[in-house]
Amino acid sequence: MGIGFLLQQPFAQHALLAAALVAVSCGLIGPFVVTRGMAFAVHGTAELAFTGAAAGLLVANNPVVGALVGAVVVAGLIALFGAGQRERDSAIGVILAFGMGIGVLLLGFYHGFATAATNILFGNIFGVSGDQLIVLLVIGMIVVAVMGIWYRPLLFASVDPEAAEARGVPVGRLGLLFLVVLALTVTGAAQVVGTLLVLSLAITPAAAAQRLSASPLTVAGLSILFAVVAADGGLLASFQSNVKASVFISSFSFAMYVAARLAGPLLRDRRRRAEQPGHPRRQQAPEPEASHLATADQDQ
Amino acid sequence: MNDSGGSAIALCGATVRFGHHVIWEKLDLNVAPGTCLAILGSNGAGKSTLMKVLLGLLPLSAGTITINGRPPGHGSAETGYVAQQRFFDPDLPIRGRDLVQFGVDGHRMGLPRTRGRQVDPAIEAVGAQGYADVPIGLLSGGQQQRLRIAQALAGGPRLLLCDEPLASLDPAAQDEIVAVIDQHRREHGTTVVYVTHEITPIADVVDQVLYLAAGRWAAGSPDTVLTTRSLSALYGTHIDVIRVHGHVVIVGEEGHQH
Repeated sequence: MGIGFLLQQPFAQHALLAAALVAVSCGLIGPFVVTRGMAFAVHGTAELAFTGAAAGLLVANNPVVGALVGAVVVAGLIALFGAGQRERDSAIGVILAFGMGIGVLLLGFYHGFATAATNILFGNIFGVSGDQLIVLLVIGMIVVAVMGIWYRPLLFASVDPEAAEARGVPVGRLGLLFLVVLALTVTGAAQVVGTLLVLSLAITPAAAAQRLSASPLTVAGLSILFAVVAADGGLLASFQSNVKASVFISSFSFAMYVAARLAGPLLRDRRRRAEQPGHPRRQQAPEPEASHLATADQDQ
Repeated sequence: MNDSGGSAIALCGATVRFGHHVIWEKLDLNVAPGTCLAILGSNGAGKSTLMKVLLGLLPLSAGTITINGRPPGHGSAETGYVAQQRFFDPDLPIRGRDLVQFGVDGHRMGLPRTRGRQVDPAIEAVGAQGYADVPIGLLSGGQQQRLRIAQALAGGPRLLLCDEPLASLDPAAQDEIVAVIDQHRREHGTTVVYVTHEITPIADVVDQVLYLAAGRWAAGSPDTVLTTRSLSALYGTHIDVIRVHGHVVIVGEEGHQH
């Protein structure tokens, strides 16, 4: 089968489009996930999409709606139980463990063909239906709209929460909004790459982009680019072989991360030399006339 | 006492209670524009609570407060805020310039901008031109703190609130930061408030002191408040205030030695 022939097939077109939609959303939220230290939240909400899907199957025979409603519930629970980052991570662990148990229970009650729920665990990129594509498109539009509107205050709140709060940014409410957006993105992505590989689109591209630039908008652009290249590149590679798309998507994404880690320090050094000869490193502030104070300063 | 027309900060009978727990009560304070005020006291004395009130993040339980003649508006551009020094992550994809820009428009919706008009003057005001484009997490503590001050100045504030701005800086960096803030105060008539548990690094620039202890308070010039008699009366136990080589050492303050 030639690639040209494959690309004319609806299933392949659906797959490429779905992967691109998911990659754009993931690439867009990725830098915030990394800055806010929310990798575990991505993993947790992704796995809990399975529980939502199982509940959706049982109640309404619709795993996608179930997963999406479940995502919003999970986001609310994480916000309710976990305030600080450490507390949040343990709260996610607690919710994740209980939620997976519930998912298995729900699936046990369902007497139909449960592939739709397990598809969410492992992803089924070549089985994306027209309806699913529309759902992904709507999720993508919501994510892009929310991020477009609140990008700046969300970035401020993520980088420097105290100063942001003092400046009038609703830090708590934005955090909840971001959790909901994250949960929706991740649930959408789970249907394509599977919950287990969501991290390869929601974290890895952003982590790679951060190595290459310190400009927030450049990082966002690179993160989206890397995610799309990994997702659609992985699909195209999979068309050419018998290996599953997920393998290529996660490998491409990992390869870009390694390359960025290697290239990042080189880039940074070159830019630093160009801008600032003799750039001072952390903790090496100049010390004019410090001696007379340092000796008497034992009052902490 | 109640004439707050010309005051940068005017508190009258100000009280904050959480349930039955009184943080401080019946606080009266007038701070003239361009003054440098230090809010002192040991941990748990209610310094941070007062900072939240000044920022408009927390309402008073009783009494009144005005900032430049108006109630403190949450997020008002007239009030700049410098948070406690805390190291940024080395990987953080933010440059000093981006941090300063947040002070101008970080609260507004939309995408971030990096070349705002107010940014460069603020960066120059703190002498950070040389490293404003370097990732913020790679800078020294003193450099990071200069950029936080630039962020607070970028909105053109009439009141600058500094919450423990010198904590975790070495003495040389502390002196630099104090000098940068004080220069701006003298040139622009900005009112400056330090919240700190240690007065020594700012002793030379402070005009007025508010000392909080165990729900009570004392206010006035540093020479009248920071005395053995005044602080002993405030704490209701013997406190020694010792001045050595420009250091103010307060001994007996809730078992802490300062």
